[in-house]
Amino acid sequence: MTTVADTSRQRWTRDTLEPALAASPERQSVFTTISGRAIERLYTAEDVAGLELPVPGAFPYTRGIHPTGYRGKLWTMRQFAGFGTPGDTNARYKTLLRAGGTGLSVAFDLPTLMGRDPDDPLSLGEVGKCGVNVTSLADMEALFDGIDLGRITTSMTINSPAAMIFAMYLVVAEKQGVDWRTLSGTLQNDILKEFIAQKEYIFPPRPSMRLITDIFGFCARKTPRWNTISVSGYHIREAGSTALQELAFTLRDGLEYVQWGVDAGLSVDDFAPRMSFFFNAHSDFFEEIAKCRAARKIWAEAMRDRFGAKDERSLKLRFHSQTAGASLTAQQPYNNVVRTALQALSAVLGGANSLHTNSLDEALALPTAAAATLALRTQQIIAYESGVADVVDPLGGSYFVEALTREMEEGAQAYFRTIDEMGGMVEAIERGYPQREIAESAYRFQQRVERREQVIVGVNDFVEQDERGIEILYVDESASGTQLAKLEALGRSRDADAVSRSLDALRAAAHTSENLMPPILDAVRAYATIGEMCDVLRDVFGEYEEIPVI
Amino acid sequence: MRKLRVVIAKPGLDGHDRGAKVVARALRDAGMEVIYTGLRQTPEQIASAALQEDADVVGLSILSGAHNHIVPRLMSLLKEKGLDDVLVVIGGIIPDLDIPKLKATGVKGVFLPGTPMQEIVDFIVGNARARDGYA
Repeated sequence: MTTVADTSRQRWTRDTLEPALAASPERQSVFTTISGRAIERLYTAEDVAGLELPVPGAFPYTRGIHPTGYRGKLWTMRQFAGFGTPGDTNARYKTLLRAGGTGLSVAFDLPTLMGRDPDDPLSLGEVGKCGVNVTSLADMEALFDGIDLGRITTSMTINSPAAMIFAMYLVVAEKQGVDWRTLSGTLQNDILKEFIAQKEYIFPPRPSMRLITDIFGFCARKTPRWNTISVSGYHIREAGSTALQELAFTLRDGLEYVQWGVDAGLSVDDFAPRMSFFFNAHSDFFEEIAKCRAARKIWAEAMRDRFGAKDERSLKLRFHSQTAGASLTAQQPYNNVVRTALQALSAVLGGANSLHTNSLDEALALPTAAAATLALRTQQIIAYESGVADVVDPLGGSYFVEALTREMEEGAQAYFRTIDEMGGMVEAIERGYPQREIAESAYRFQQRVERREQVIVGVNDFVEQDERGIEILYVDESASGTQLAKLEALGRSRDADAVSRSLDALRAAAHTSENLMPPILDAVRAYATIGEMCDVLRDVFGEYEEIPVI
Repeated sequence: MRKLRVVIAKPGLDGHDRGAKVVARALRDAGMEVIYTGLRQTPEQIASAALQEDADVVGLSILSGAHNHIVPRLMSLLKEKGLDDVLVVIGGIIPDLDIPKLKATGVKGVFLPGTPMQEIVDFIVGNARARDGYA
């Protein structure tokens, strides 16, 4: 049967395209996205045959979780920040809030992320370098000094020791007189992507998963407005995955958490509504938009079909987005402003619920205050000047975007089948499957850059000799001294017996299956340090070591 | 002829291993023998690996800013073990201000983000210790 579309497409190919190609061939024989996905020349109605375009705010939410898009509420402009001592970072937060930031996002340093105190030999040279150092409740108090936790939302990028850091935040709220039930914010708390990509793990996968389900259970009862997890593709992508791998591994991680929660005896609709996601906004504009749209649909359908979720909030995928750090270049750093703006625009067109824009200097160092402000201004220009936030899912119905959305969905389902066959994501990780997939993609990408099949402006093309440097933030060594002195003073001022009693109680609880949040809260109130609490759990749970693959 | 032997190491607490792994593969594809230590190696562990593996080259990947502490310690350990002739190179996020300090400790090559793999390969081939029988 010949349809009208077929006929006109064939006629176009014969009468218009082929003479044009004969006269001037295309720039390349094959066009691909930055992920290496082949892209057709033209997309037409044929490519979306059978597509039913759902309405926004309704299942399966491909066009967004809100019926009014950003017309009701813009995305949250949440800039990730942290360096040096809690006092240094507290000052940066106040700057960001004064500049119109609408949420805080804490970057912790490596010792904190790895559950080590500043005096641990492994913390050498790392204190306050990549983020803020938070060793005990005293540091958390200083970090939020003069900031009312009842009036802001806070995202905390913390994974292995998420329970300890969250407990510190809760106790600060308690001391400020803020009701836990009103607290709003997000814990990253996503250990699976640590094993897969970012590698900031402490305990082995199974006890790590138990800590996470403990947080799910605790928050369902005590902090109903808190996002208990931010299932993250960001780091998977930064480690070199394709857009599809990011999508597939992240959503499959999400399903793994739901499964473990259900297996721990929680009811799916009691905790799934507080799960959130975190995606990368990379450089290939349409592929990123398609990824976000596909993510919402896949999640809604999987939650309904795999877990029988009934609560609408369990089906709606909410996500934070951050522009791609790995796409930034040290060369010609001002180009990064443009990269970030385009990436941020794709996140907005993909329906991100909150967004971080990277600063132009981040291939060189942590951002200066001026660079961080410019990054925030980039979001504000998109929100208030470009007009893109005034229409719901403005690219919905685009042949290309819809076809790409469907391809991403089908590709993710294929990955799900492979991982399901392995027995789930924990098993897949134990076999090194996602790790190898990502390493392979990272290497293929690098080869394309080396061969200049992938142009990176200022790096492998349009290179400038004798570039002038820009001013960067130099985090000096003083944070380490300050934090060491503070730790020593803490040792003298706290009640040592109360600390050791609380740590003994934590150890005893870790040997049972009871929820670990209450004993962790008690230890935090006694000013036990993150290193002390994690050491107890390292003793009980052991430490994870990966088999390195290249 | 024996191949150049390279130990690629990731010291410090940082887990961002994309760069280390991509460089390791590129060196392997360029015909070198590459040993990747994995994450969170102390300077002591790296120096021992260099000795045990009879390394001609040690490549470090550091993105966390801890290089000013880690590198001098490693360099003095290598010296103690009589491995002064091992070529040490480092890649990662290194502020310009720190490059002369690192070179003063004996690090020969510092490679910043965006460095082509071929440049690293060429540098290693051109600077690794010359020993009989090595390619």
